[in-house]
Amino acid sequence: MQLSILFPAIVNGILNGALYALIALGLTLVYGVLHIINFAHGTLLTAALFAAFFLYRIFGLDPYISVLVLTPAFFLIGYALQRFVIGPVSRGDDSNILLVTLGLAVIIENGLLFAFRGDTRTIDVAYGFAVVPFAGMFISVPRLVGFAGAVVVTLLLWLLLGLSDTGKAIRAVAKEKLGAQLSGIDVPHIYALTFGLGAACVAVAACLLIPTYYVNPHVGNAFVLIAFTTVVLGGMGSIPGALIGGVFVGLIESLCGLYLGESLGQIGIFLMFILVLLLRPGGLLGARA
Amino acid sequence: MNRRGLWPIVAVVAVLSCVPLVVHSDVILNFLVTALLLTLAGQGWSVLGGYGGQYSFGHAAFFGTGAYATAILQTRYGLNAWPAFALGIAAGAGMGAAIGALTFPARLRGSYFALVTLAFAEVLRILASVAPVTGAGVGILVKLDPGIHALQFSSRAAFYWFILSLVAAALVVTRLIEKSRFGAWLVAVRENEAAAQALGVDPTRVKLAAMTISAALTAAAGCFYVQYFLFIDAPIAYGPWISVEALLASIIGGAGTVFGPLLGALMVKTLGELAKLVTGDAPGLDLTLYGVVLILVVWVAPRGVAGIGARCRAWLARRQVGAGGSAA
Repeated sequence: MQLSILFPAIVNGILNGALYALIALGLTLVYGVLHIINFAHGTLLTAALFAAFFLYRIFGLDPYISVLVLTPAFFLIGYALQRFVIGPVSRGDDSNILLVTLGLAVIIENGLLFAFRGDTRTIDVAYGFAVVPFAGMFISVPRLVGFAGAVVVTLLLWLLLGLSDTGKAIRAVAKEKLGAQLSGIDVPHIYALTFGLGAACVAVAACLLIPTYYVNPHVGNAFVLIAFTTVVLGGMGSIPGALIGGVFVGLIESLCGLYLGESLGQIGIFLMFILVLLLRPGGLLGARA
Repeated sequence: MNRRGLWPIVAVVAVLSCVPLVVHSDVILNFLVTALLLTLAGQGWSVLGGYGGQYSFGHAAFFGTGAYATAILQTRYGLNAWPAFALGIAAGAGMGAAIGALTFPARLRGSYFALVTLAFAEVLRILASVAPVTGAGVGILVKLDPGIHALQFSSRAAFYWFILSLVAAALVVTRLIEKSRFGAWLVAVRENEAAAQALGVDPTRVKLAAMTISAALTAAAGCFYVQYFLFIDAPIAYGPWISVEALLASIIGGAGTVFGPLLGALMVKTLGELAKLVTGDAPGLDLTLYGVVLILVVWVAPRGVAGIGARCRAWLARRQVGAGGSAA
């Protein structure tokens, strides 16, 4: 394989991987604190992509500006979902949570399908195809922005969890729920807050994705297993792990696509996912078992 | 085996088998055939998910393997439909055993198990959509050849009795499992794996056996799908729809009960038809409603609709005991 093809594939993989990391970040955060897998995560991304699409189409709002609207909006949606739907309905039972989030995923995906049909939509911003030359190749500007955005959000989240009082409360609940409750932390509130943060990550990712990507009611599914793979690779609940896992998954996808072709290329991710789960369920970094 | 345990099954199947004698509408019979097809798939899910507590999100892997094996053996190897059908079930069971043998010794359970089954189904879907043997993107058409020798029937009623007999067999299998020592082990593993192991049950082997039986039942639904529709492609065979619907039918009706999946499948399909009446053929609304019902069931009746009956009986029994006590 010629280096002139391989090198751009690697760079593309890394750039995509950062966005995967951002999507996985929400998932890993929710897993780390609530110890549940949110199956509705991918469909929340679909919903956010639709929201960004219509904000652009109807109000002419640039996706990089609508991030300021959608992030708080999705934080509230996520908060409400956990506080008023997932929490009360599942009564804390793990398999119930699994079913409720699956139910939510089915509702969101098919509700969108019913409302907007299966058409694939794209937006055409002026900078959609802008490129910058770099080391003899061309790098897409929106993807570069996506990469930077993902890294910044990861950093912010890491600081929030590490330094703020809320972050401390979230970490306390993640480590020892009962102990946190006994020291006066409102656990359902923290749960909902964490879920809200996860949804907010997805909203940011959607705004960064939409300039170069498309949206249809099923688009989130493509990201669900990618995000799970990322999370599993990086170690469930680990934030730096999500970033590294995301970049790794992006690379694998890009290289498998290069060597195996577009449709068979996706298989690399799933196989890797299965292998990691079977052989090293604690993640490649071994963050936690 | 207590013979009394089989009477309810005999009664239900007897009543259901009279339906085509009264109803001659092809629309209604077609509806019942698809509901029974879903019952069969859901019954498979219930053996592993209901009795064994292992929630699979990828039962499409077994449905699709059964369907493809039946179709490929007939169209490419010229095999008669009867052995092809049987081999299809065996192939599905083999897929179940293989996935189980990979996942259970790795101690994957709960959400991890759900995820890994989903991933297996997706891998199979992608493979089937590119491999030449499965017809790649085009799918496989089975030749129309009505007659008992080819397991195809020109009348809906015959197809109805065929799927009903498969469902009857699945009901009996489930009942036998429930009453057997194996069933007790399976429930013990579901309730507390460590405790079951301490008492000498081998959880991996028990779960593996349950998964094999479960896969065989769901694969039978896939085999029937091919005989009924004479077509299969990757999104139908391995797509997430069947994984979700099998789970829904089972959970809504009551996973881990003999009649739960039958109840659930009838409810799910009725709801889907009602949604179609309201909206015409707009896609999405039926599945949206399924999602709502799933959440409502988890909320109100965590043990499914069949569980409501059990709870009412327990409540009546308590009342009677209470009344008797006060009279004395």
